[in-house]
Amino acid sequence: MMKVLKPLIAVIVLALIPYVGITYGKLDFVFAIVIPYASAAILVLGMLFRLIDWIRRPVPFRIPTTCGQEKSLDWVKTNPLESPSNPFMAAVRVLSEVFLFRSLFRNTKAELHGGPKLVYGSYKWLWLGGLAFHWSMLVIVIRHARFFFETLPLPVELIEMGDRFLDVTVPAFYLTDALALAAITFLVLRRLSDEKMRLLSLSTDYFPLFLFGAIAAIGISMRYVTKVNVMPVKALALTLAKFGFDAPEPIGVLFYVHLFLVCVLLAYIPFSKLVHMGGIFLSPTRNLPNDSRAKLHKNPWNPDIKFRTYAEYEDEFREKMKKAGLPVEKQ
Amino acid sequence: MSNKYALKPDELKKEFEQKKPRIPKGEFAGKDWWDLPVEFRDGNWCFPAKPEVLDELHFANPRKWAATDKDWQLPAGWEKTIHDGMKDRLKRFRSFKVFMDSCVRCGACADKCHFFLGTGDPKNMPVLRAELVRSVYRNDFTTFAKILKNFSGSRTLTADVIKEWHMYFHQCTECRRCSVFCPMGIDTAEITMMVRELLNLIGVNNNWILAPVANCNRTGNHLGIEPHTFEQNIMSMVDDIEELTGVTVNPTFNRKGAEILFITPSGDVFGDPGVYTMMGYLLLFHHIGLDYTISTYASEGGNFGMFTSNEMMKKINAKMYHEAKRLGVKWILGGECGHMWRVVHQYMNTMNGPADFLKEPVSPITGTKFTNAKATKMVHIAEFTADLIKHGKLKLDPKRNDHLRTTFHDSCNVARGMGMFEEPRYVLNNVCNVFHEMPENTIKEQTFCCGSGSGLNAEEFMDIRMRGGFPRASAVAHVREKHKVDSLVTICAIDRASLPPLMRYWNPGVTVYGLHELVGNALVMKGEKKRTEDLRENPMAGFGEDDDDE
Repeated sequence: MMKVLKPLIAVIVLALIPYVGITYGKLDFVFAIVIPYASAAILVLGMLFRLIDWIRRPVPFRIPTTCGQEKSLDWVKTNPLESPSNPFMAAVRVLSEVFLFRSLFRNTKAELHGGPKLVYGSYKWLWLGGLAFHWSMLVIVIRHARFFFETLPLPVELIEMGDRFLDVTVPAFYLTDALALAAITFLVLRRLSDEKMRLLSLSTDYFPLFLFGAIAAIGISMRYVTKVNVMPVKALALTLAKFGFDAPEPIGVLFYVHLFLVCVLLAYIPFSKLVHMGGIFLSPTRNLPNDSRAKLHKNPWNPDIKFRTYAEYEDEFREKMKKAGLPVEKQ
Repeated sequence: MSNKYALKPDELKKEFEQKKPRIPKGEFAGKDWWDLPVEFRDGNWCFPAKPEVLDELHFANPRKWAATDKDWQLPAGWEKTIHDGMKDRLKRFRSFKVFMDSCVRCGACADKCHFFLGTGDPKNMPVLRAELVRSVYRNDFTTFAKILKNFSGSRTLTADVIKEWHMYFHQCTECRRCSVFCPMGIDTAEITMMVRELLNLIGVNNNWILAPVANCNRTGNHLGIEPHTFEQNIMSMVDDIEELTGVTVNPTFNRKGAEILFITPSGDVFGDPGVYTMMGYLLLFHHIGLDYTISTYASEGGNFGMFTSNEMMKKINAKMYHEAKRLGVKWILGGECGHMWRVVHQYMNTMNGPADFLKEPVSPITGTKFTNAKATKMVHIAEFTADLIKHGKLKLDPKRNDHLRTTFHDSCNVARGMGMFEEPRYVLNNVCNVFHEMPENTIKEQTFCCGSGSGLNAEEFMDIRMRGGFPRASAVAHVREKHKVDSLVTICAIDRASLPPLMRYWNPGVTVYGLHELVGNALVMKGEKKRTEDLRENPMAGFGEDDDDE
């Protein structure tokens, strides 16, 4: 259980840092200006480094995992998405992974029934939970853009309106707040409730979930419970958007905990499993067309290999070949 | 079936009965995976390569040893060899690097591996198989994770880690089933290939892989058949065909100027039941009057180099183009095989191409251009035959297979490394009348491995093979109960070698066939005598001496 407790404690300690810093240290400037800039820089530079670091490594072989019929004879029905024959369809395949988690949609659950008999059930909960989590997070991030603009861009406004169409609370209730919390809870419980998941999960799997959970919970409580005054928050966001260094007006300490945990998350992304947000685009089993028999794929480091030539082979077996009546090059 | 390397079927059935419905075997509460012991025992490890095999291949660290030894006699400085080897491969293969970095351990792959389903060993969950390396990668190649060692699941490379790698990267058949389900597209086969390369650098290896590699290098085929014997074997099939059908087929060998070079796994020339598939090819080629030749030098379709290192894969594969060029053929036709087709489809042209000296493949019988193979210039026999049938060029009597109730086993590499599903089914449905698919989760892109692929077909590995093949066997049992299926048709030479013992173990009474064996049964040859037996000399239904022939 230490695997779970350690990241939980880590998130609590991280949350206490801005609490102490603001309450006792009066370090508003550090937490409002310095740390956000630093973490944004780490995120951008870190991800850039990771992407460049991946892209500069060659892809020696064309190794798509073919999950459907390849393009072959004219009359054979092909599966252009799961066995793409051109780069466009390969790109569609990758995007279907990114936006719809297509491979995860196939998920099944195997169980033994009646002794030596395997039964496979459909198991789409992981797909649903994962999708709910990622899409909620995306909508929440886009919603937050309203802090950074004087006048709200239309797409952001539309997304925000869509998100609060269930207008049941004051201020208006956001659907994604509930979805995100539910999804995070599901994802944590899933890791804890299954013995396979307990064994394969690391502290670094729980840590980001707890971090997301804490960020979401604090954000929600600011909005619906403590009702933080958003005017200084907006002023700070506008300062940050303009790369300014104006000291912020007083904002509640809860906000700083929220902001600091977001900063930790941003800085954590490039150095953790959260880089999968970039890695998914670069997986050679998904982003390459299945056309290696129709088109030459070059390996930039294709090694020179000395193989045993026919001549060497014939030299060893010539007499036996002649005796068997097999044609030979040299008599 | 009894074997000192495997439990009796009843004992294994009891094990499954006791743990149902859960898959994992053992209790893991409060344990971390890196604390679970690695135990080598009879039936779960393959014999290491003999010193003379390593000498012949100029491979590292030839010695006599066994996986059960306490000291594996690793060469001095092996830690550095592995570290540098990893660094080099991370640099050359984006796949390796991305797969090390972007796993989120969602667990979707966990119960997709046939070895996990059969053994219940948690380290056979693909995610943990990869973590065996990832834990070392994080320690050696990422600063952040190294500082937070326990937090990030990093660990130092030790001799025990090598033992663990040896065990679990030889309990992976590179079948790619997990990669179908992975939301990040992580392919354990790729990771296994890297680790096996690394292990070979320090002399941790498998004789069942390296002996065929050495054979293939010297004699041209994995089984080490010398040219005269190779020819004799096929000629004895010619005699058998004549006896059965009254037709004399006339294959040629190493013939210059033939239009097509035919290459198939050597198992089809030497092993039962592969030879019957070979007889099917010979009948087919005679039936359509194909101008083809067989090479005793490029006499292997398969490529155990693939299970060794990418350099060895290239070296062995090079013979195909080299021989095609020497003989001056127009293009190459390839027989039924699994991993051979992953190599041909995804690696050959990149490694040993471009094959400018060959022509874009065109069927001489139907005129069909095989545009999907226009660069590699190598066509799969199922594509070739499907095209022939579509154009009505074959005279077939599917009733001649009425004594068989069939199902079809997609071989992993053809399924997930090539994407050929429909052609073999089309051929099968045209040569037999009774065909039933196994359940959806066990065929096509979700097909289960035979449990013995990627060089793990060794006798001494029987326990793991029978467990690893269990998901496939379970699916066969399903259609057997439901549709009385008794014939398992495959398009893979390793399947033809490994599925018969698997069926004897789990589903006695189910026989394994090659697709073109059934084609051979169904072909109505010009000038044939009255057929009453199939290629195995088993009586066909409704064709007996006493039966009225139509």
